[in-house]
Amino acid sequence: MITRKVLLGNEAIVRGALAAGVDFVSGYPGCPSAEIGDEFGRIAKENGVYAEWATNEKVGLESAIGASFSGLRSLVNMKSFGVNVCSDSLFPLAYTGTKAPMVIVVADDPSCHSSAQSEQDSRGYAYLSHIPFLDPSSPQECYDFTKLGFEISEKFNIPVIIRSTTRVAHQRAPVVFDTPAKKDFKKGEFIKNPYQFCTMPPRVLEMKLELLKKIKRIQTYAEKSAINGTLGGKSKVGIIASGISYMYAKEALEQMKLDLPVLKLGFFYPLPKEKIVKFIKPLKKIIVVEEMQHYIKKEVKAIAADANLKLEIFGKNVLPETGELDVEKVSFALAKVLGKKVKPAVRVAGIKIEIPKRFPKLCDGCPYWNILPVIKRVAPEGTIFGGDIGCNMMAGLPPHNIQDYLFSMGASMGISHGVSKSTNQKVISLIGDGTFFHSGIPGLINAVYNKSNPLIIVLDNRITAMTGHQQNPGMGKTLMGDDTYDIKIEDVARACGVKYVRTLDPVNMKELEDTIKDFMQKEEVSMIICKHRCALLERRLKNNSELQKFYTNPQVN
Amino acid sequence: MKNFNIIMTGVGGQGIITLVTILDQACLEQGYDVKSSELHGLSQRGGSVVTHVRFGKKVYSPLVSFGGADLIVGLELAETLRDIAFAGSKTAFVINDYSMGFLGYPAEQEILDNLNRVGKNRVHLVPAVEICKKELDKDVVAGVYLLGYAVKNNLIPLKKESFIKSLETVIPQKYLDLNIKAFNLAFKQ
Repeated sequence: MITRKVLLGNEAIVRGALAAGVDFVSGYPGCPSAEIGDEFGRIAKENGVYAEWATNEKVGLESAIGASFSGLRSLVNMKSFGVNVCSDSLFPLAYTGTKAPMVIVVADDPSCHSSAQSEQDSRGYAYLSHIPFLDPSSPQECYDFTKLGFEISEKFNIPVIIRSTTRVAHQRAPVVFDTPAKKDFKKGEFIKNPYQFCTMPPRVLEMKLELLKKIKRIQTYAEKSAINGTLGGKSKVGIIASGISYMYAKEALEQMKLDLPVLKLGFFYPLPKEKIVKFIKPLKKIIVVEEMQHYIKKEVKAIAADANLKLEIFGKNVLPETGELDVEKVSFALAKVLGKKVKPAVRVAGIKIEIPKRFPKLCDGCPYWNILPVIKRVAPEGTIFGGDIGCNMMAGLPPHNIQDYLFSMGASMGISHGVSKSTNQKVISLIGDGTFFHSGIPGLINAVYNKSNPLIIVLDNRITAMTGHQQNPGMGKTLMGDDTYDIKIEDVARACGVKYVRTLDPVNMKELEDTIKDFMQKEEVSMIICKHRCALLERRLKNNSELQKFYTNPQVN
Repeated sequence: MKNFNIIMTGVGGQGIITLVTILDQACLEQGYDVKSSELHGLSQRGGSVVTHVRFGKKVYSPLVSFGGADLIVGLELAETLRDIAFAGSKTAFVINDYSMGFLGYPAEQEILDNLNRVGKNRVHLVPAVEICKKELDKDVVAGVYLLGYAVKNNLIPLKKESFIKSLETVIPQKYLDLNIKAFNLAFKQ
């Protein structure tokens, strides 16, 4: 059945996967990709799909590898940094290839609207991994490219990465999509084939050669693919663009009443080199419109040199290398290249005040309101505060201002250990429940094993909250709403060798205060687990029995 | 028709994304191409939120250009002023007369003076929170009321019926009645 509906880019990816007959979905929530898993959680059962949140992106990818090797069609979803986490298994996956098709969605966040860490351009992983990357520019393309990704994966036995960005993943627009007939849950069969599935040397080098040959064949495919296409224009100046940058370029051309030829690249990797040569041959100037790093521009420059073509190639010399692009930035770049004058947008006059920044803050009733002020008050002067990813990042903002370093998921454990080992200073290290399960545990074991003494405070709000309330291993529910074990952080800590462990409800601020004072004196690693459900979730669940099914397990408190 | 550009601005938690979906669906009901852009995650935790909705015959960019808004719907006073760069010389403003203060928040009168200086007689300051509280006992639908207000005053080239159809599609059954009431309320006053 064909439908036309307004969809979010991420919802369109889900529709594309359903249309391609996806059986198995895994991933880890992050912004701007989280709605993919969320949506699967809601609709998986009725569509005969199995969907889960993994403890982290590496485990998520590996689960999908197991599914693929067993003959199931799989999709993995994550934000930009997720690909860092899973890269250790991503690279060998390119060598072994897939059995049943697999699509991996990686969502970048140029301008870091909802990203700490770095402004990552994940396209760079294409070169490291030799995995095809497709770059959609709209929700319709999210749908189309996901379906195509499954086709390419099936044809060449290689995973395909759909790389989106915030303005694509969180863009809403009408999408025409097909809803396939209902299917049943599928069980596959793992047929032993160590020749394909084990990357032991010396076979691993043969696999590398096979992969490089495969990429050559995929490049030939990309040359013919309709998602790399030329549009309009009879000028000697042309544009090459991909992803959301294409939309800005089209809009800028329209605003400036220009008719330049445009080559839109749906493939980022491998690039259709012959198509690019054909496009640039008659041109004198080319402007490559892409966000963040100038990967395509560099490629085009090399392609032009190989083909002995003499033309000027513009990219980051007229466009910024940080922050997302917009129509205005692209218009200015075009004007510069064309030697035209473009009027800057009329800025309204008469504003005489500046509005100070409104910092994100803890929600009303958030249990962290009970925790952060107590820590701040009780900690002796000079205490070092470790921070980690999640709602507890707010510790670094006013009015709290207790965060001395913030890196990546789980990084507080390692850095706090390092500071504790290297100094005589006392460290209080904060981490949330989701992040603890994601990648806090190896760091905790390391701190115990190598004998440092940070006080670790787990801000356990019983959910992965920041990204929109995703189930995690600590709260007794799966993504699809089934009851499961609640893995207790205190049990994990004790099993890792932490001797001083206290679980408390931060409503009892006095108990929290006394415990901090007590544990600050310890010469070994100690841990306080402040357990209280996220206030926002609590409010969402009130009188909503449909939602409670996904979040409340009566066996778990 | 030239593409119509709307900026909706406010604070995370005010329900702006629901308003975006209502607008998108209303555009679809009327046969327009539409694109919108929104932000999730960190920015939603009580931070500033700005969303873009563009519709017309064919829309490429999901973002409104600076100076390019035909309408700015502001759910909070200071946030409306923060995004003033999207306003041009003809932009209409529908502004919720409502402030959510924080440390360093400017005086309300100063915000209003600045908005009026820029928007002149195109500024509609609407006590939507107050009206919805009084008439419906719920202020969460203030944004939907403001959309109704904009339609009634011909500030959005979309039909009332398209919005009613949109609400029926977008809003869960449980809250539908309240939302339709809030939207219609603007036409009664």
